Amino acid sequence: MAPTETELTPDALRLDAAKAVEEIAERLRETTYRDLRRRGAVVGLSGGVDSGLVAFLCARAFGPERTLGVLMPEGESAPDTLDLSRVSAEAAGVETVVEDITPILEAVGCYERRDAAIRTVMPEYGEGWKAKIVLPSLLGGQRYSLFSVVAESPEGERREARLTAAAYREVVAATNFKQRVRKMLEYHHADRLDYAVVGTPNRLEYDQGFFVKNGDGSADVKPIAHLYKTQVYQLAEEVGVPAEIRERPPTTDTYALEQSQEEFYFSVPFDKLDLCLYARNQGLAAEAAAGATGLETEVVERVYEDIERKRRAAEYLHAPPLVLASLERAG
Amino acid sequence: MPPPSLSNSETIEREIREFLRENFPLSADGVVLSQDDSLIEVGVIDSTGVLELIGFIEERYEVEIRDEEVLPENLDSIASIIRFVGEKLGAASSNGAHGD
Repeated sequence: MAPTETELTPDALRLDAAKAVEEIAERLRETTYRDLRRRGAVVGLSGGVDSGLVAFLCARAFGPERTLGVLMPEGESAPDTLDLSRVSAEAAGVETVVEDITPILEAVGCYERRDAAIRTVMPEYGEGWKAKIVLPSLLGGQRYSLFSVVAESPEGERREARLTAAAYREVVAATNFKQRVRKMLEYHHADRLDYAVVGTPNRLEYDQGFFVKNGDGSADVKPIAHLYKTQVYQLAEEVGVPAEIRERPPTTDTYALEQSQEEFYFSVPFDKLDLCLYARNQGLAAEAAAGATGLETEVVERVYEDIERKRRAAEYLHAPPLVLASLERAG
Repeated sequence: MPPPSLSNSETIEREIREFLRENFPLSADGVVLSQDDSLIEVGVIDSTGVLELIGFIEERYEVEIRDEEVLPENLDSIASIIRFVGEKLGAASSNGAHGD
């Protein structure tokens, strides 16, 4: 039963973890065999908790021998990404293959195009610099969340500059090569093994459009897209995803300078956003989420507005290719 | 096109409406905006759209918009944009920024 406004607490998101794991594994197996007609799973492993959990779920559903973890680091991945991805795969007992995607990214001009775009707002940005894109927190007073680039010189000096719309789009378009190249390789392995590509978005990412279309947004099945991030952590603990992965803060691992998902996209810590999204989905007023999260009611109202704005933007990302006339056929 | 320093409210409104119509699909798709409609709430622009709007205003009216001025009260409706641009132009011409 849905909680009333005075009852909402973080416990509203607690699941019977053992039961949820069994149900997801069962549905994943059925869907893959019956609907997709594939015999196993390919999972891109990032060293994060979402892909760590999905590897375990696939191992449970298909057996570890029919689950392949693909590790796809690149020159700007965090130093611990590859090791944590291996830890994740070993704990789940699944086979792995490592694909260093740096040469592919260099060949398509990923880094070069991005750096050129950054230089349009920060001319001094060059060789040896590291950068990331950030959004101001919604917890501050300003309502507009505008993207800035934060860069660090080789000497460690930090600069920040507001992006122009053109520069922002160029930077995003260039870095999206990373997610799209990874997905291309996952499908390569899926094709050669007759496996399905199993996606790793959680509910926050899926609902709010935090993925790249035809990149990490692409998959044959998405087994944890209905789970709030706190529930992902709960199930990850249940199945045995190692603590060092569960304790790693959520990161985009897309930019050279370390960047949390919060500063790039969500603007609010995920546990609070989870509760706000849950409250919003239950039709509860901002006051209820304020009580459960400890946020001011007016901050929750801004979060609610942001949730709806991101949903509107995500419509394009979720849309399949559209056809413009009926394709009815007999039989 | 008149020089930016001679832009009056009517000109600014016409140019802003034209900019929105040409650059944002929803605005081009028959949505009629009143002067006080929130551009974000109506769904005409998103946060990247705000960056685009800032770029347009800076280029067309030859003014610089500082980070602390990027607020809904200055940019979230046609009425607020007219007032904000008018103030920026007033400040620029009283500082002699355009040299005319």
